[in-house]
Amino acid sequence: MSLALTVSNIRKSYSGKPVLEDVSLSFDRNAVYVLTGPNGSGKSTFLRICGLIEDADSGEIVYTSEGGMLKHDIRLKRRITLVLPRIGLFNTTVFKNAAYGLNIRGSKGADAARRVDEVLAFVGLAHKKDQSALTISSGERQRLGIARALVIEPEILFLDEPTASIDEKNSAIVEDIILDLKAGGRTTVIMTTHDKDQAGRLADSWLTMHAGKLIPHP
Amino acid sequence: MFLAESFKTALSLIVNLNAELLGIIFLSLKVSGSALVIATLIGLPLAALMGFRKFPLKGVFVSLLNTFMGLPPVVAGLLIYLFLSRSGPLGFMGLLYTPSAMIIAQSILAFPIIVSLSYAAIVGVDPIISQASRSLGAAQSQVSLTIMKEARFGIMSGIIAAFGRVMAEVGAILIVGGNIAGYTRVMTTTIALETDKGDFELALALGIILLSISLGINFLLHLVQRKGAVER
Ligand SMILES: Nc1ncnc2c1ncn2[C@@H]1O[C@H](COP(=O)(O)OP(=O)(O)OP(=O)(O)O)[C@@H](O)[C@H]1O
Ligand SMILES: [Mg+2]
Repeated sequence: MSLALTVSNIRKSYSGKPVLEDVSLSFDRNAVYVLTGPNGSGKSTFLRICGLIEDADSGEIVYTSEGGMLKHDIRLKRRITLVLPRIGLFNTTVFKNAAYGLNIRGSKGADAARRVDEVLAFVGLAHKKDQSALTISSGERQRLGIARALVIEPEILFLDEPTASIDEKNSAIVEDIILDLKAGGRTTVIMTTHDKDQAGRLADSWLTMHAGKLIPHP
Repeated sequence: MFLAESFKTALSLIVNLNAELLGIIFLSLKVSGSALVIATLIGLPLAALMGFRKFPLKGVFVSLLNTFMGLPPVVAGLLIYLFLSRSGPLGFMGLLYTPSAMIIAQSILAFPIIVSLSYAAIVGVDPIISQASRSLGAAQSQVSLTIMKEARFGIMSGIIAAFGRVMAEVGAILIVGGNIAGYTRVMTTTIALETDKGDFELALALGIILLSISLGINFLLHLVQRKGAVER
């Protein structure tokens, strides 16, 4: 069995203002989970907490594998990854951005380079690999963000609004990438979007965040 | 014309690679270059520590460093003189009036500039870089290294600015170096001395070279800053 995530009774406030109120949920299938909900309802905060980028005020984030509970250490953190809405590309080439996850895991050399080339081809950025990552278009930025995450073959991939502020063509490319992952059946995708049609096309499980509470989409 | 004559002699000194002139230039570069290396080796890790760790009175420490960026070289020279003079606490080392004393003095002048500007560059890196790096599985030390890399143009600007300052200063090295011919005499101190004596040719030749170096440093700074800006 692969990695599963169960969160229970998550609470989070920023400077006294509650953002997440008692959120509980299980992500236990290699499926695509889609979160929708109004601006400011807490989706990004929820993703950052699940992705172990930020701590909750209270509640439990439990990762399990083969029935055992996993410590929140670097080994676990290297099995999941979160693509942030602003991505956060590094000031270097497209290729080196994509290679980052492998480099910090100590894998360099020809095999690593081949893997990076593969993933860049998968997201349609092979021809841009020597360009500075800070000069590519926003659609390409999104795709590079996803490529950078896919290189490390995450078991759980969090995508925070992967198609916000990009055109239809790029959105379609990103959706195809997600559908490919879904067909592959080895990755759990947990994503947010404001595009209801897109949620319908991608979701195995569709959830709605409302004022800090999570409910199944009607 | 007196001025034109001086200029002509100065240029011929440069063109003919006058040995005394070369020696002085070489010592200048050696002293300031060594000072820069020392100040960077100590200052950059300190800037990183300040950027990545919380500690009490950090704000005060940062203000203090900013103040010392403008430390008058003669005051720095005076303080180091007091430490290195025969009756001072480090007098036994016999460093006064040696190139080593000059390197120490210029390291102290370069240090606050390198630390302050590197620190500013490091804390100026968008926090999203650290989030992205962590979410891709970086350990804390790898996150820090990634942030330092993002800050590289700002750090380089700091080092170049510090180089400009130490190459141009005369107060500190004059006091602790003593301007001994063929031993501790560098460009700026030679200019001061020769002008005093009324021998303008060598002074003028050195002035031209110093200006060219300063021009080169500023051009480099401009390039680095422009590259940093374009790639943001
Ligand atoms: N680091 C932070 N500091 C303070 N407040 C924050 C922080 N992050 C989020 N918030 C606040 O928490 C609330 C929820 O924000 P969050 O980004 O999770 O919403 P969201 O559902 O992702 O919204 P959107 O659809 O606009 O992306 C907002 O009111 C926001 O202002
Ligand atoms: Mg959001």
